[in-house]
Amino acid sequence: MKTFEYRAATGLADGLEPGAVFLGGGTNLVDLMKLGVATPDVLVDVNRLAPELGFGAISDRPDGGLRIGAGVRNSDLAADPRVRERYPVLSSALLAGASGQLRNMATTGGNLLQRTRCRYFMDASKPCNKHTPGSGCPARDGDHRNLAILGASESCVATHPSDMAVALVALDAVVNTSGPAGERSIPVADLHRLPGEQPDRDTVLDHGELITSVDLPALDVAANSFYRKARDRASYAFAVGSVAAALRVEDGVVRDVRLAWGAVAHKPWRARIAEDRLLGAPAGRASFLAAADAELARAEGLRDNAYKIGLMRNLTAWVLEHLS
Amino acid sequence: MTTANIGAPLARREGPLKVTGAAAYAAEYPQDDVAYGWVVTSPVPHGRLRSVIADPADTVLAVLWHGNAPRIAEAGDPELAVLQSDRISYRGQPVALVVAGTLEEARRAAQTVQLDIEVLPHDAVLRPDHPDLYTPQQVNPAFPATTSAGDVEAALSDSEVSVDVVYETPALHNNPMEPHATIARWDGDSLTVHDSNQHPSGIAATLAEAFSVERVRVITEHVGGGFGSKGTARPNAVLAAMAARVVERPVKIALPRQQMFSIVGHRTPTIQRIRLGATTDGVLTAIDHQATSQTSRLLEFAEQTAVSTRHMYAAPNRHTTHRLLRLDMPTPRWMRAPGEAPGMFALECAMDELAEKLGMDPIELRIRNEPDAEPESGTPFTSRHYVDCLRRGAQRFGWEGRDPRPRRRREGDWWIGTGVAGATYPTMAQPSTARVRKRDDGRFEVSIGAADIGTGARTILTQIAADALSTDASAIDIRIGDSSLPKASVAGGSSGSASWGWAVTGACRELLASGGDEAVFDTTDLIQQQETDGRHAFGAHFAEVRVDAVTGEVRVSRMLGMFAAGRILNPRTARSQFLGGMIMGMGMALHEEGVLDPAFGEWVNHDLAEYHIPAHADVEHLEADWLDEHDDQINPMGSKGIGEIGIVGSPAAIVNAVWHATGIRVRDLPVRLDKLLPDLLE
Repeated sequence: MKTFEYRAATGLADGLEPGAVFLGGGTNLVDLMKLGVATPDVLVDVNRLAPELGFGAISDRPDGGLRIGAGVRNSDLAADPRVRERYPVLSSALLAGASGQLRNMATTGGNLLQRTRCRYFMDASKPCNKHTPGSGCPARDGDHRNLAILGASESCVATHPSDMAVALVALDAVVNTSGPAGERSIPVADLHRLPGEQPDRDTVLDHGELITSVDLPALDVAANSFYRKARDRASYAFAVGSVAAALRVEDGVVRDVRLAWGAVAHKPWRARIAEDRLLGAPAGRASFLAAADAELARAEGLRDNAYKIGLMRNLTAWVLEHLS
Repeated sequence: MTTANIGAPLARREGPLKVTGAAAYAAEYPQDDVAYGWVVTSPVPHGRLRSVIADPADTVLAVLWHGNAPRIAEAGDPELAVLQSDRISYRGQPVALVVAGTLEEARRAAQTVQLDIEVLPHDAVLRPDHPDLYTPQQVNPAFPATTSAGDVEAALSDSEVSVDVVYETPALHNNPMEPHATIARWDGDSLTVHDSNQHPSGIAATLAEAFSVERVRVITEHVGGGFGSKGTARPNAVLAAMAARVVERPVKIALPRQQMFSIVGHRTPTIQRIRLGATTDGVLTAIDHQATSQTSRLLEFAEQTAVSTRHMYAAPNRHTTHRLLRLDMPTPRWMRAPGEAPGMFALECAMDELAEKLGMDPIELRIRNEPDAEPESGTPFTSRHYVDCLRRGAQRFGWEGRDPRPRRRREGDWWIGTGVAGATYPTMAQPSTARVRKRDDGRFEVSIGAADIGTGARTILTQIAADALSTDASAIDIRIGDSSLPKASVAGGSSGSASWGWAVTGACRELLASGGDEAVFDTTDLIQQQETDGRHAFGAHFAEVRVDAVTGEVRVSRMLGMFAAGRILNPRTARSQFLGGMIMGMGMALHEEGVLDPAFGEWVNHDLAEYHIPAHADVEHLEADWLDEHDDQINPMGSKGIGEIGIVGSPAAIVNAVWHATGIRVRDLPVRLDKLLPDLLE
């Protein structure tokens, strides 16, 4: 592991110098440092940012929504009664992720910024456009069974690994940041980038820009929401495909729906085409499958990951039926 | 022999030490002035290493490579000739060692070291039509590669019903909880090594040979598992000893998990063609088992994949053979039930396919082909209660009334099915020596250089000694895990308890007979007189699985293993061994796979987040039980090995159950949702 400087952040403006990165729970960053994939010069530990910033707290917002401090642990967020009652999709997504030990450490901000598990990215001795731009993407011809079917590019087929982020995208959550250019708010759906020609940039954040909190809007439909994850073993496995959904049906007709997919793209995938199809449609398996198909029309399977298309179709219909 | 202790569920003697963290493992012995070694591995699968250049900014004690490493003697295993040649034989092979005063410095320097390599073309893919496939002289450990009887081709073409199928298993990787680790210290020409292994006296002999010294002591007090990967000295032991000599300080090397996937030995991938011919009554007329596996360019390791087929079922026409391919890949080695685990997976799945074709209950098919002696050698079995295991297991599992047709039972989203498979493992014993001393306080000290790799060996030897001396277990002090003790055989091949227990029994009986204060007993002659054929343990596995109709996810609802493995010496530790094997079998059936990228010549999922083994949530309802089998011919305790039989057959029971649940035959492991889902889509 490269030698680095460690310091505790003294305020939001800390950590702006080149080579500095923020340290949250460290469940992903520290692993990448051990592997030589991440090589920061300075680790700025934001875990103890002053409590008055609300960094570690979940608080009610005047509009009936919630503000989640970026330092809130995944296990605490999943267990919060307000989250469980008003946003069950978020709680179920969190509990589907990682292991109990990792959830106790992982933070809301850090989880959003965790990096792909693509096995070439995770190995500093191999080419990968994400860690060494221009070095190539061996995953396209190599191991890609769990990689992207939507939004991938010639230069990258990585997937975003978070479960939590998929739920946040479905919930229209917004991240609040603080950085050199001041504070701003970004919908989680716009936080992560598709790879395009520049896959090394995961998000739209600038260097030194810190996620301070995540806002969940008041959302009636969210009370009827759920997250389902398909995976290769019963726990402690990344999704091979996942669906976060919220649904309101009145008189047999879909009146409101939020749908997001995980493990299919470089970012949590908001399935807006499917949502548009569903609004006003009769709530039933035929509509649900048709909506999934419409979204999947753009999907492109590689040699070993085309199974995900059928999987996402099935999973989407199942979750929507479950919520009907 | 009295049996007050043998057969009792004695708790592990070292249990409190382990659960409180007081038990020291190889890397945990404090040493003054210890230095740390970090292995630099090859980033290419084939080439010549021209030079190694360290970054001058790094603080190191030494950077060893073939250009400057001390010469060592050939010690019987080319994998141990570390840093002796410029030749690179696989990606992940040790090519240099960085030694530094702290672990962090060593690791940092290993990451920045510059390797100048002439890269040569490589070949990493096992395929059944490869022109370089050859038939080895023999397969592990010393079986003939090919056997045949009668006329298989004629019998197959004449058979009323037949099966001709190819089964494949991927590379599987040894991942004991405790990684391979060594601390080496020289005092003049005397070498002391704390090492995690399954055979302290064997490791000591190897190191003595490699370094041309006489005094080598290997201490192996507690071991966090091995599965065969720690059966012989590994490169970490040689590198630590070499480095300690160069830097003149004790050196510690603990392999990181990622390096375990290339350095410590894995189970070879296999491609197996099985052909079965039978009458419409389900009587086998022909069995053909052709196994193909790989080895490295460095060393020939020929897994004995088809050997268990030689004694499992009766049939007049028989053929088994092994073919091997040398690739620019790491050397396969032993991994829990090498040969039997992949071989019986293929045979027992093929038997299920035959039962399906015959419209016959798969248990009935097996019973109809029960041999009355070893089908190839004609040697009688010392004991064989396979059919009893099938019958008793079926009763306990609730097999009766099973609808044999696939894809019939659905509960909610789940397709549910059940499967059965047979298990067998050879009953072996190796020469060992034990010593017993009667002390002035009336206690007995029993010494043997065995290794307890987590199986409960220490406890079982206590029970054996107590009974042989007609005393209480609490009066016995066991000393093991040290090469300075009387020489014991390897903790492998499910032979530890039988081998060491035999020597311990002999020493205790001699002590009583002599009336003296000390006795030593060597079993070499007794074991050499033993017939080797006809000695096997048997078992039957039952599995119930459910397959999610929406996703294709497979979960194992229930497993039952019913075994006939001689006298069970300690039901508590035995159950643990059986269950451990069965869980590993579940991993083999559903989870484990070294995912090969042929372009890099490497398994790309080389950590435990990406190489899946069963997690707790995968293990739902698991039972192991056994018959009260008596076999006085095999050793004084009447015991058979149990360490490996749990992983033999259990994968096939699960895969057969997946077929019963879904109607889908998956013939390449692991059975994962992407292999099932396309055929489940409605």
